[in-house]
Amino acid sequence: MKKTVSLTVALALSAGLLAGCSGTASNPGSGSEDRVVNVCSWGEYIDESLISEFEEQTGIKVNYQTVPSNEELYSILSLGGANYDVIVPSDYMISQLIEEDMLAELNYDNIPNFDLIADRFKNLSYDPENKYTVPYAWGTLGIIYNSSMVDEEITSWDAMFDTKYADQVLMINNSRDALGIALMDLGYSVNTDSEEELQAAYERLAKAKEDGVYQAFVMDEIFDKMESGEAAISTYYAGDYLSMLQNNPDLKYVVPEEGSNWFVDAMCVLKDAENKDEAEEWINFMCSTEASLRNMDYIWYASPNEEALEQYPAYYEENYGEPLDQELYEIMAAPQEVLDRCEAYLVRPVETRTLYNDLWTQLSI
Amino acid sequence: MKNRLSLFAGPYVVWMALFVVIPILMIVFYAFSSADGGFTLDNFTRIGEYLPVFLRSFELAFLATLICLLIGYPISCALAREGAQFQRIAMMLIMLPMWMNFLLRTYAWMSILENTGLLNRFFSAIGLFDLINSIFGTDIQYFKMINTPGAVVLGMVYNFLPFMILPIYSVIVKLDHRLIEAARDLGADSATVFRRVTLPLSLPGVLSGITMVFVPAVSTFAISQLLGGGKQMLLGNLIEMQFKGAAYNPYLGSAVALVMMIVVVICMAVMNRFGEGEEQAVVL
Repeated sequence: MKKTVSLTVALALSAGLLAGCSGTASNPGSGSEDRVVNVCSWGEYIDESLISEFEEQTGIKVNYQTVPSNEELYSILSLGGANYDVIVPSDYMISQLIEEDMLAELNYDNIPNFDLIADRFKNLSYDPENKYTVPYAWGTLGIIYNSSMVDEEITSWDAMFDTKYADQVLMINNSRDALGIALMDLGYSVNTDSEEELQAAYERLAKAKEDGVYQAFVMDEIFDKMESGEAAISTYYAGDYLSMLQNNPDLKYVVPEEGSNWFVDAMCVLKDAENKDEAEEWINFMCSTEASLRNMDYIWYASPNEEALEQYPAYYEENYGEPLDQELYEIMAAPQEVLDRCEAYLVRPVETRTLYNDLWTQLSI
Repeated sequence: MKNRLSLFAGPYVVWMALFVVIPILMIVFYAFSSADGGFTLDNFTRIGEYLPVFLRSFELAFLATLICLLIGYPISCALAREGAQFQRIAMMLIMLPMWMNFLLRTYAWMSILENTGLLNRFFSAIGLFDLINSIFGTDIQYFKMINTPGAVVLGMVYNFLPFMILPIYSVIVKLDHRLIEAARDLGADSATVFRRVTLPLSLPGVLSGITMVFVPAVSTFAISQLLGGGKQMLLGNLIEMQFKGAAYNPYLGSAVALVMMIVVVICMAVMNRFGEGEEQAVVL
């Protein structure tokens, strides 16, 4: 009996460990000799050869970690479970972090490459005086659909709620984007605080869910499910669409006519960062034109570096021996007339955030 | 326990205190706190809204446990009768999937069960759908398996079955064979031997197995996210969402976790009543 129990306990423990493996930043003693920087970003969001290059150039060791979403990053930070130096949250999360005094002001003298960032990505609403952030990448949210499974050309968010596509649609599994899609479909602003409008957006989602439109609520599983033709329609980010396109040429991307969300992810340093100098060195390295070009080529998200944006088509042609499709370039780096239709997420007051949470939980039950 | 032994229990006591007792106390503390740090019962009054999630979790976990028992018990009995060499190999095969990462295994099931997945492609390759369509005049291209409660139960059974087999097998394999011979000598037929001797003696293993399967199944969140498509919300998902998702609310999450723990402990206590008089099953 005893053996039974110890054996099964050992099994249970090991299964638990395996299932729960998600790393937190390690902090190998901050001695003067071994300089480190702890970076936390999104998955598949960097050309990893840049990490080793930075380590070689500077002798600073990079502990690179990833989290799946802004919300998860926020909960890790507020539970105090990690000691990251550099994080790369999206615009609305940055304003929330600034509001809660969790970010450090940057010393831009240590980041000369900040000058290379295009002016239109400076002083954005999340950081109006640009004291805390250096933009990393930007893009749009749009509908991805499989042209071999959908007969028409999709141009509207309506497709995400249409019973015609029952069990063919993947809805994005985070409250801000999912409710945002419904808000845009109804013609409301994604930054509304109106309880009525948010309630209407919730009803729209709940109705479609009840009608069986959604095959699943997923995030990065979208890659597999869209590439294999498991689902016909989904909503995701432009850069990720371009990655999927490599594996399934039938996929199409559209920024719907009602407009969409455009986002900027920016590098910031946490207030209690132990390695602020190293963090600024890392940020400076990442926004050099050379690193931006290579990164852009790898992750398919547009860089805010002006030179890199201009040089990318030539860089592509040189590397791949064929010209870059203008259409693809415009999906990656949306032209101004598309951006004019789009709206950035702004941080909402606590009451609205609570409402978002309540509606989202209600939808999932 | 003798004093000499309690010294050796020291490391375990420290471990339990650090990683079991303190976290539970923290959960209790959070469950009764509000965002501004004061005492509140709000987290519990809101729990009624989540009744469907509780019901679904317990229903699916109960089903999974039942299926594990129905599969696990006969296998354990059959195994215990085989030769030592065969038993070793069979045990290794049962454990083999455990050597692979749990999430990886569940991902694999995702691509097996999908509409365009391995199973459906296999069915279509052997002409099963054509056959069905020609007989019933239907027009099906695939069986819908993924993103259903059934897929979630399958995932639970697959992942937790070894936890049912191992304790039952360990008990049965050590049964004193003379008891069974004695029962036969006294004129009992196979059914009676099983009912009066084998089953009661294996009960502690069964109870351990049920605990080992039911508890992780009722609180899983990865299986329901991957195989249920995020549409079969279970308690694990609800709790995870409060801590890691968009709905950041550790107070509510702790309250849900606490209520779940209490319900599970009550279930286990009731179940152990059945085992009374026999050797007590071990509740984790």
